[in-house]
Amino acid sequence: MNAFRYRCAALMIFFILMWIGVAQSAPLHVNDIVETRDYQRQSLSNSGADWPSVEELAAVIFLKNYNTRLVVLSTMLLGIASGLVGSFLLLRKRSLMGDALSHACLPGIGILFIVMVSFGGSGKALPGLLAGASITGLIGVGCVLLIRNTSRIKDDAAMGIVLSVFFGLGVAVLGMVQTMPAASAAGLESFIYGKAASMVMQDAVLIGLVVLVCVVICILMFKELTLLCFDEAFTRALGWPLHTLDLILLSLVSAVTVIGLQSVGLILIIAFLITPVAAARFWTDDLRKMLLLAGLLRGLSGWMGSSISALTPRLPAGAVIVLVATLLFLVSMFFGTARGVLMRQRAQWRLQRKVGQQNLLRAVYELQEESARQEELSEIINRKIELKAVLAKRSWSVRQLRRLVGRAEHGGALARLDGKHIQLSESGFGAAARATRNHRLWETYLITHADVAPQHVDRDADLVEHVLGSELVEKLEECLKESGQDVDYIANPHAHHPGESVA
Amino acid sequence: MIWLPFDTWIVIIGALCAVACALPGCFLVLRKMSMMGDAISHAVLPGLAIGFLLTGSRSSLPMFIGAAVVGVLTAIFTQWISRFGRVDRGAAMGIVFTSLFALGLLLIVQASDQVDLDPGCVLYGAVELTPLDVIHTFHFVGSEIEVPRAAVSLGVVVLLNSLLILLLFKEFNLSSFDPSLATTVGINATVMHYLLMAMVAITTVASFEAVGSIIVIAMLVVPASAAYLLTDRLSVMLGLSAVIGILSAGLGHLGAITVPLWFGFESTTTSGMMACAAGFLFALIWVFSPRYGLLARKFRRKGKVENE
Repeated sequence: MNAFRYRCAALMIFFILMWIGVAQSAPLHVNDIVETRDYQRQSLSNSGADWPSVEELAAVIFLKNYNTRLVVLSTMLLGIASGLVGSFLLLRKRSLMGDALSHACLPGIGILFIVMVSFGGSGKALPGLLAGASITGLIGVGCVLLIRNTSRIKDDAAMGIVLSVFFGLGVAVLGMVQTMPAASAAGLESFIYGKAASMVMQDAVLIGLVVLVCVVICILMFKELTLLCFDEAFTRALGWPLHTLDLILLSLVSAVTVIGLQSVGLILIIAFLITPVAAARFWTDDLRKMLLLAGLLRGLSGWMGSSISALTPRLPAGAVIVLVATLLFLVSMFFGTARGVLMRQRAQWRLQRKVGQQNLLRAVYELQEESARQEELSEIINRKIELKAVLAKRSWSVRQLRRLVGRAEHGGALARLDGKHIQLSESGFGAAARATRNHRLWETYLITHADVAPQHVDRDADLVEHVLGSELVEKLEECLKESGQDVDYIANPHAHHPGESVA
Repeated sequence: MIWLPFDTWIVIIGALCAVACALPGCFLVLRKMSMMGDAISHAVLPGLAIGFLLTGSRSSLPMFIGAAVVGVLTAIFTQWISRFGRVDRGAAMGIVFTSLFALGLLLIVQASDQVDLDPGCVLYGAVELTPLDVIHTFHFVGSEIEVPRAAVSLGVVVLLNSLLILLLFKEFNLSSFDPSLATTVGINATVMHYLLMAMVAITTVASFEAVGSIIVIAMLVVPASAAYLLTDRLSVMLGLSAVIGILSAGLGHLGAITVPLWFGFESTTTSGMMACAAGFLFALIWVFSPRYGLLARKFRRKGKVENE
């Protein structure tokens, strides 16, 4: 736990240092930056070719250009914070809350712009606009919770209402702003679609500060937030202030949202919060690893996305970053080692194969048992069995059975004699006896302890018997011994002639 | 304040759009899928762009088809990701629509050399300008009436939606409230789900060509939720949501030309104000609804305590 905090802190310090390094080594005048950017743009469009040259590629990837460095690093910083905060949001199943929140920011931006202009300011001071954004954002989130808690409207509709009404209000306010004679409000629309390339040093400093605060809060409140996400009832039972914790989480989300608005835009910011987290979820079940991984994936997509957008003229960075993140998400979804689609599919195939094998062996063993009973032998002998009889044992098709037999023969559990008969090998016979015994142990347990009718118990036992571990089998034996069952040999509890059983 | 025939048309178009959206919106709210409207209306952007890039014209049909297809795809992708990847449905929706929106943004920026296809006009639309695009002029009691194109197309969508809901009322009703019973009775719940999604997609596309997606999102959710607070009967809810939608269209336009005057501005975007008006009506109903309102609940609880 502590080690995790230290590691996070170290990572943060590393990034902050890197970022200070960029700031120190760079020109501080906005005009210089703009010139650099224009120069870069021109050089790109003048090169004529569709593909950038190697030097340009290297310059962007290794962050030689000041502006690119600024954009890429602040996007990465933002990515780390949104990865952290978004993880908690996703686990709390509130992903779309981020969407409602970001839309609710718009009226605040417009109103603060009007207020600042009417007080004689420039109206475009970023801290002021962002303060307005966070105020209405939080009001919006408050409205969602209020509507949900005080009426029969559900979560999703409450979010839809807040999102559309607040965004409508924002559009209306921006509509008013546009008719203002004095001030030019042209920049405000960049909050909707995002404009990463127009970032200047002050913006980056602001981003860095907010990200630092968010990460520190996340690390300090790690335990509380984790519990909130995984076990709400337990959190309440411990007497922790549920609403306050929720509010802290949503404030963190709104801080990240607001700070990301300018570069990503309010529609796409939700992808910043969710996509890398959902991708990281496929790789691990450990929350701490997931947080680190989400931050990493986010940073990676931020770096790749803004590099691509810097290399190609007229590609908005926010959109490219989102698409890169989606790509990473799809890759993770298929190849993720913990919950990926392929991984789960493989596990399912394995289980299916195992179940099929055990069903085959048990069927053969039960046939041998029957023939032993008919000949009134005291012991079951491993003899050859007709395939037809096995086919009649369960509801399987000829093809299925042939495939199962083939696989079992390959595994050395049995041998096919003349195409119509099969003979279990020694190890196969042992496995068959074990599988049958497990099945009956569980059946008997269900009959004696769970009051399942003997006629139904076969089907119920089928569901569980294949995953009985050795420990559980021992427990079952003990349990049945206590209730006076003979566990050395267990007869078929729903055989047709229970009186004739060998035991 | 001066009211012109022009303003009447704006209100009529807004009201048509509100009704077209409110009808499928009721089912979205009942099925707890309200955010799907938001997702679809954002996600159709690449459909519009592809429709445009393929045909090279801003004629509505190819763009309409492209957008409707992408709208349904949004629902399908969301379903896939949440089922195969076992991702929370809200998160899956967020991932799908942001990716599609980003894709659309890229395509539009690439195409912006050739045409003025501004993402802004997709978002806010321009209800104020729709009456200018006249499709048919006829004479009525001596005066000349110019019918805008948007009014006709939205009227068709309203008709289609109401017809579909009338014809399949029982099926929609059952599969919204009790999907498992619906399946037992022989109604294919998946088909109904995608039918509803297609309806939402088509309504979205048709409306926001005229009025912008912000009205669409608002009208899908807000009137239906308000109606949900007033009644327990589906048919009544459908009717009420349409009425609330029409009221908010009227109030919204009225607000757009009067409210800014109080603050010393000229006027503002009608689409934004229509969403605000819907929100205002919702807030009223939330507090004062006779059955499920805040006040009613409070009094009922008080009455209960006193009776005991």
